[in-house]
Amino acid sequence: MAHSTKERRVISVIVMNESSVLARVTALFAGRGYNIESLTVAPIPDSSMSNITIATNGSTRVMEQITKQLHKLIPVYKVIEHEEMVEKEMVLVKFPAAERLSDIQALCMAYNGGIANVGPDMVIGMVADEPCRVQHFLEAAKRYNPLEIVRGGVVAIER
Amino acid sequence: MQMSGAQMVCEAIIAEGVKTVFGYPGGAIMHVYDEIYKQNGFEHILNRHEQASVHAADGYARATGEVGVAMVTSGPGFTNAVTGLATAYMDSIPMVVISGQVPLSLIGTDGFQEIDAVGISRPCTKHNFLVRRLEELPRILKEAFYIARTGRPGPVLVDVPKDITVEIGEFVYPESVDIPSYKPTYKGNKRQIEKAVEAIKQAKKPLLYIGGGVVLSNASELVRELANKAQIPAVETLMARGVMGAKNPLLQGMLGMHGNYASNMAMSETDLVISLGARFDDRVTGKLSEFAKYADIIHVDIDAANIGKLVDVDYPIVGDITQVLEKMLPLLEDVDSDRYQAWREILKRYNTLHPQSFVDSDEVIKPQWAIERIGELVGEEAIITSDVGQHQMWAAQHYPFDRPRQWINSGGLGTMGFGFPAAIGAKRACPEKTVINITGDGSILMNMQELVTAAEYKIPVINVILNNHFLGMVRQWQTFFYEKRYSETDLSFQPNFKALAEACGGIGYDVTTKAEFDAALKDAIGQEKVCFMNVATNRFEDVLPMVPAGGALFNMMLPQKTQNSTEEK
Repeated sequence: MAHSTKERRVISVIVMNESSVLARVTALFAGRGYNIESLTVAPIPDSSMSNITIATNGSTRVMEQITKQLHKLIPVYKVIEHEEMVEKEMVLVKFPAAERLSDIQALCMAYNGGIANVGPDMVIGMVADEPCRVQHFLEAAKRYNPLEIVRGGVVAIER
Repeated sequence: MQMSGAQMVCEAIIAEGVKTVFGYPGGAIMHVYDEIYKQNGFEHILNRHEQASVHAADGYARATGEVGVAMVTSGPGFTNAVTGLATAYMDSIPMVVISGQVPLSLIGTDGFQEIDAVGISRPCTKHNFLVRRLEELPRILKEAFYIARTGRPGPVLVDVPKDITVEIGEFVYPESVDIPSYKPTYKGNKRQIEKAVEAIKQAKKPLLYIGGGVVLSNASELVRELANKAQIPAVETLMARGVMGAKNPLLQGMLGMHGNYASNMAMSETDLVISLGARFDDRVTGKLSEFAKYADIIHVDIDAANIGKLVDVDYPIVGDITQVLEKMLPLLEDVDSDRYQAWREILKRYNTLHPQSFVDSDEVIKPQWAIERIGELVGEEAIITSDVGQHQMWAAQHYPFDRPRQWINSGGLGTMGFGFPAAIGAKRACPEKTVINITGDGSILMNMQELVTAAEYKIPVINVILNNHFLGMVRQWQTFFYEKRYSETDLSFQPNFKALAEACGGIGYDVTTKAEFDAALKDAIGQEKVCFMNVATNRFEDVLPMVPAGGALFNMMLPQKTQNSTEEK
């Protein structure tokens, strides 16, 4: 338990759908000095609960504390520390129209995506993939002079 | 039944069996105060500052174990209450604070006396609510009391917008609470308990490490039974004073930064720590890597997050101490208490080597003498509250606490100004008991306006001001660690405490000799008025033993054995 190597972890926090519940969760991270790498929130269909997916990092002891402290929040129903998960992240990238549309499309398709929108002076590509693959995509996309990159948080589901 | 939101607040307080509410009115909470005027289900005490109201509700809760209730208005009323909330939060005290809020339509507009109360209080309450619809109010009030007193207790804030207090609606106070996401664990895991008992039977030098959780769980009798049955030595934290009882020979004393020699050595040498409702606070453990270095650790706590937070635990047991001990005790029927005889002898030797002592004086009152003298005169009868600083540590070290809930102090947050209002709350809860606030010349000024409250309501709280004309604890650190640069700690300029008490409708005593001390205290106990006993003590007394911050528990600065402390008198 005492090894202190920092590890990236993804946790899903199932919370009651009530006002300021997200503030409680994020304030806990801020107040206790835990890191949030990314955060995604959405209601769970046909229920009174929401799913908050948080990518974070810390030693085993810190991760254990994060889990336990989250549990203590009254509206937190369940905390899942993902072990075997399917994890996806989405990114939108705006390219200048001067770049070759077919090249951009081929690149996006290689990473589970495609062209999301084409305007008179820009092209928007979309990719949804594992976080490390999204990173690779963004590196590859650099050669097409991206104008703007918007990256979403992680969503994860246990296998 | 149809009624206003304000009436619902009062009805809920009555339904919860609360006898006394401490508070201060203001614009946003006025409708509730109008209903308080009309009802006679509970009394309301008007403190002279919202912070004092919350501390008084806190003292009431600590003295009784019941939920304390305070009421404040929005904005500054609420922000004044924050220190009180944080104080209760750090010590896990069950409390409900009801605050007024600007009308819903004004929220977010920087309205007059608007502040984001739930935002500010989030990190210093167990939970908080902003009421958004009248229909929610009965359920929220019920849940607030339930959350405050169940699981690991704590303060809960209910922020009620003014328009909701005016609105009329149907009131049915729920009989039960069901919060799917809040299910505290009370029963300890049976397997873990069995393993822990096995570890106790295998140990050679076990030590009970008793924390405030034992008081909160009302488990003192069971803890005493455990200690006595197995003859296991015990140490108490600041929050647990009184659990074992001062007369119990198994009790080594208080451990930690100002713990006595035997307690700190016991913790350093034990081979099995049995932690009951303690949380390994830095003021207790000193240097973590040296803390109970040779021991396995059993940790019983109702809050899973406390277990493994700071130290690795070998036998984690999440549960209520009462329920865990009820399961544990029968399993210890066949324990061989002779097994720990050698260990008890070692600790006895340590106690003889370095007892909790001080060098008394015939010329000047020593603060430790004053505390021991109070103990001799009122002993287990009294409830002792304290502020924060040297006097608090001396009281914890030297007062003969005999029962839980006898000792009321701000341990976790360390709030100066806590003692006097907490004493008012405790006295109101237990009017038959003598209530004495042991305080200092620094702390007492932080809530001295409560003289007026205590005088008005005839709450005869005795404030023993151990006056060394210093912010003594900071001064002590400056002496030890800052080469005697007494930056902003010299309190030579003082009010006339006697006259101050009298000006507010109380009694004042100036005490400079031991005879005067006895006379004043005896007189004060017989009075029906609040009082200040201004006791002139020597200026440069230090709280010893002391483990410098971050040091190992066994590296203590010990008091001198002979009289040689005239240097800076």
